[in-house]
Amino acid sequence: MHLPELSEGAPGIARGAPALEEVVAARGLTKRFGDFTAVRGIDFSITRGEAFGFLGPNGAGKTSTMRMISCLSPVSDGTLSVLGMDPGTDGPRIRARLGLVPQEDNLDLELSVRENLYLYGRYFDVPKGVLNDRIDGLLAFAQLAERRDAKVDDLSGGMKRRLTIARALVSDPEIVVLDEPTTGLDPQARHLLWDRLYRLKQQGVTLLVTTHYMDEAEQLCDRLVVMDGGEIVAGGSPRELIASYSTREVVELRFLPGEQELRAGQLASSLSGRAPRIEVLPDRVLLYVDDGDALMHEVHGAGFRPESAIVRRSTLEDVFLRLTGRSLVD
Amino acid sequence: MSAFVGARPPSLRVYEYLLLRYRRTWRGTLTSSFLEPLFFLLAMGLGLGHLVNAHLAHSRSTGHLGGVDYVTFIAPGVLAVTAMQMAQHESTYPVLGGAKWMGTYLAMVATPLQARDIQTATLLWVATRLAFASAVFLSVVAAFGDVLSPLALLALPAAVLTGLAFAAPLTAFSITRQNDRSFPILYRFVVVPLFLFSGTFFPISYLPGWLQVAARITPLYHGVALCRAFVLGQVAWVPTLGHVVYLAALAAVGLVVGRRTFPGRLYQ
Repeated sequence: MHLPELSEGAPGIARGAPALEEVVAARGLTKRFGDFTAVRGIDFSITRGEAFGFLGPNGAGKTSTMRMISCLSPVSDGTLSVLGMDPGTDGPRIRARLGLVPQEDNLDLELSVRENLYLYGRYFDVPKGVLNDRIDGLLAFAQLAERRDAKVDDLSGGMKRRLTIARALVSDPEIVVLDEPTTGLDPQARHLLWDRLYRLKQQGVTLLVTTHYMDEAEQLCDRLVVMDGGEIVAGGSPRELIASYSTREVVELRFLPGEQELRAGQLASSLSGRAPRIEVLPDRVLLYVDDGDALMHEVHGAGFRPESAIVRRSTLEDVFLRLTGRSLVD
Repeated sequence: MSAFVGARPPSLRVYEYLLLRYRRTWRGTLTSSFLEPLFFLLAMGLGLGHLVNAHLAHSRSTGHLGGVDYVTFIAPGVLAVTAMQMAQHESTYPVLGGAKWMGTYLAMVATPLQARDIQTATLLWVATRLAFASAVFLSVVAAFGDVLSPLALLALPAAVLTGLAFAAPLTAFSITRQNDRSFPILYRFVVVPLFLFSGTFFPISYLPGWLQVAARITPLYHGVALCRAFVLGQVAWVPTLGHVVYLAALAAVGLVVGRRTFPGRLYQ
């Protein structure tokens, strides 16, 4: 499907305004592994300087898409252009301007923090003098200056992740591709990483992020596409997506185990239309409304006594649930 | 910075990594590349050699070993065998590790480096290791007085070529593996039989006819024969050229196959 060009000033909408440079463009992009189709003819375009997200559950085709953009995986069908070049023929030239943060860290555990950065920079043939200056800056950026001579094996998970990101920056890339940047990290480490990524964006670096965390997508991305089963099911800014596919607020009710389905049915008939959409999850019932507190009153008034009840704002999780009928993270 | 791919040959950048990493691990490799061959030389050459020399002198058949002492006879054989073993070791676990366990190769191909650069650099690196180990071994052999000809200098490239005849096909094979189960099998059913039956410790003319034929087909036989011809200074140019062509052809086939298997594994 075609992704609606929702952001203002996107090519094709703001005629006359200075055209934003398209750094990645995909049309009918497809990836097949034997009989299995991981990516099913998706279209998207990413402009310079934006933070663009691919949100979806595991197996949605996000990593395959990232690998094709990084010229690590041949395109099976459709067209893909990165920085105006063809990944099929210009791999090294594209990768010279792109920094990749893979899903799994592949740092050299035997070498020190500094050596990892140094050697990676040498792969890009960054001159030694430039490289040494740049490494000092990156160590500070990644808050690893004190651990510069530590063996990578001795670092914590969060430190390794920051080092992998610093490593991706050693060539001063125009695009940074991050595949699940904070999976497996504790909340503090995630917030530190988000802050670093936000700084990069401020510097004008184009960020491509895959994630199955809706909060990460909301925090980081100007624009994102929701992927499911190898297809793009929706696209836009986080706010636009929530406005299009969810209500302003959500009432979450938790009933006794095994009662969610039953109570949801009773709620539907007793609230008759005042909660136009009700979702039943294994452990709770979600009611989609614009005014959560008002609905909560009615729920109590009708005699429902849930084990717990909260009112919250809609998130991308709700968008995903609406679009696919499934939770993002099981 | 626009489209700065770099000027230095990409394979040399991989080589720089391998060199720097070796500075961290070289101590562990001393045993296999220097001490083991010397132990062999001492045990077989001097120990067993004593018996062999006495027997040959008694039966007046010293010509069977080309008219030289047993230790002198096996020294070039041990050189070739060591080259094979080093090549086998460097071309199996580290290659699979780079593609799978450590992810070193995966990190490299995300830069301007390509799969082929990793293959080239790995073979260059194996050649370097072989050259150093062979130089040390040959020096020791020379110090013992077991080098009989200045042609022995050519045994060094001969040993490197022997190693590459194994390293090029083995790296091409190892990169296709999902686990290391085939490596011990390779060792038991290829490396060990070659080690025993390729003329290292006795001339293959002592083997039954069919085994002689089999031995002549193996690359190690040609490696041993080549190294021995140079160290003993007994070079017959036509067979020597045959050995070189055979080993070089094997290395070339491995290189060509690896040009397909390396990208096949690393770009999926």
